[in-house]
Amino acid sequence: MSLKRLHVLFDDDDILLDAVKEIVKSKIYIHEVYTPFPVHGLDKAMKLKPTKISITTFIYGCIGFTVSILMMNYIMIVDWPQDIGGKPSFSYIENMPAFVPIMFELTVFFAAHLMVITFYLRSKLWPFKEAENPDPSTTDDKFLIDMDSGSNLSKTKSMLKKMGAISIKEVKE
Amino acid sequence: MSSHYEAPVRKPLVLGDKSYGDISNDIARPVETPPNTDWWIAFSIAMVAFLWGLGCMAYTIGTGIGTWGLNKTVGWAWDITNFVWWVGIGHAGTLISAVLLLFRQKWRMGINRSAEAMTIFSVIQAGLFPIIHMGRPWLAYWLFPIPNQFGSLWVNFNSPLLWDVFAISTYLTVSLVFWWTGLLPDFAMIRDRAVEPWRKKIYSLLSFGWSGRAKDWQRFEEVSLVLAGLATPLVLSVHTIVSFDFATSVIPGWHTTIFPPYFVAGAIFSGFAMVQTLLIIMRKVSRLESYITIQHIEMMNIVIMITGSIVGCAYITELFIAWYSGVEYEQYAFLNRATGPYWWAYFLMMSCNVVSPQIMWVKKIRTNIIVSFVISIVVNVGMWFERFVIIVTSLHRDYLPSSWTMFSPTFIDIGIFIGTIGFFFVLFLLYARSFPVVAQAEIKSILKSSGENYKKLRDK
Repeated sequence: MSLKRLHVLFDDDDILLDAVKEIVKSKIYIHEVYTPFPVHGLDKAMKLKPTKISITTFIYGCIGFTVSILMMNYIMIVDWPQDIGGKPSFSYIENMPAFVPIMFELTVFFAAHLMVITFYLRSKLWPFKEAENPDPSTTDDKFLIDMDSGSNLSKTKSMLKKMGAISIKEVKE
Repeated sequence: MSSHYEAPVRKPLVLGDKSYGDISNDIARPVETPPNTDWWIAFSIAMVAFLWGLGCMAYTIGTGIGTWGLNKTVGWAWDITNFVWWVGIGHAGTLISAVLLLFRQKWRMGINRSAEAMTIFSVIQAGLFPIIHMGRPWLAYWLFPIPNQFGSLWVNFNSPLLWDVFAISTYLTVSLVFWWTGLLPDFAMIRDRAVEPWRKKIYSLLSFGWSGRAKDWQRFEEVSLVLAGLATPLVLSVHTIVSFDFATSVIPGWHTTIFPPYFVAGAIFSGFAMVQTLLIIMRKVSRLESYITIQHIEMMNIVIMITGSIVGCAYITELFIAWYSGVEYEQYAFLNRATGPYWWAYFLMMSCNVVSPQIMWVKKIRTNIIVSFVISIVVNVGMWFERFVIIVTSLHRDYLPSSWTMFSPTFIDIGIFIGTIGFFFVLFLLYARSFPVVAQAEIKSILKSSGENYKKLRDK
């Protein structure tokens, strides 16, 4: 018997969370869960790995910090050193206090923008991208589990019904 | 239900018997219904003011800065006052969306979207002033460190004015992506319930194809948290750097080390006042009283009262330090500020910023909508005068008594200021009818812990 794919709709986040835990326990594969707002604990229940986006952000910040130092060192010290108000610029480290604001700003600039770009690319978000939620009500007040039917379809269905699913739809792969 | 427990002492943040679907309906209503006559009247007035301002800007650029009231002694006045005023107003948005997120303050969720919109729109107004003051605004790109073929120099990274360029550009763009990222699920909500094809198309484009997968939400929450962590020092740095424009100079009255914290407190103070002004009207007009409650207004009033008191301490500290420094130029600058020909501006600043918010100690007053509205306007006026006092009174009587003079604005100066107020309201009014003005996805996530109906259910 071939596996079917089910779209199961719920109307409450707590019921959804319990259902997801139950489904995971009975070893049925969940392809995706669509929710209108962040349901806390859902990622753990689905056994999703924690996101690494904040680690990348730290690296982006380091890049911004380095870029700012290299840029100001080249512009102010190497390319065209000046004596402004009796303060000659022949050494980056001695002139550093004046460069701190821009070192900070560029660190934040790189970290924030590259993080958001990473998020948009990883989650496939960009202008003219078609939305992929199978049911439009999942951005309003419904919660949808996109899952396999398991080996016994009717048993899975009755389990879902008992857990409080408001509709179960069989879809083609 | 037990996982949504919240201490009973916390008052509900969502009033009425609301379900998730009701929240979608309430937030989408202003977007889906055509605006009424009042909106058109307000929009027309704002548009006329904006066009008038554009005319004044065009006249300034065509004729020169001589059309302004500036003179040899007072070389900075009206334009930089407006610049600092607008940047300061912007600060409340980031404070509400970032700092209150780090402190896990749930009441920020009803107001953060509009406060962030206000931030972006007011920083746009602020940015106009230095660009117009350049005289040749089409050369504004010379501010960026670009290699040039003109045989001239690089930009000067020792200058606080250049720090400002970087700070404000970073602030504007980071606020924009922070705002837009939060908007994606809410645009998606409007997209998915849209009936008309053109509306569906527009909101599909705006929502970047947001689908609400579990992984998306996990990343979304992490990105929001880290952006808040980045935006918090950023917002403090922006007004710190704006204050450096003055504090790193050698002008008595400007050259004070208290400026950075004093400017930041003042910025939050004026920004919250502007949020208050806008939201008291918006909650009524867009029927959002269930989401922007009296408690929200009270919280903002408390912030206004505290930051107003900090600003008051700063004013008095300045006076004390001027006396204690023993520097007669410094002493004269402050004596002249308080008792000289601009005493009335100093008096307005003191009474609007320090005295008026003190009435918020009384609970009955800080929960009164009309009083809150009036005070918010008074504070905005006071904060404009604070910048005017700092800038003009420190310059108009300089080291050389023969060049002492007064500043008075021309109608061009005033016209540009009115124009930016018009531009701000044009943007805000368009926003109010086309954007989800409350972060509905976030509100839904706290409904079970902070909704009035759920709280009642738990008490039983």
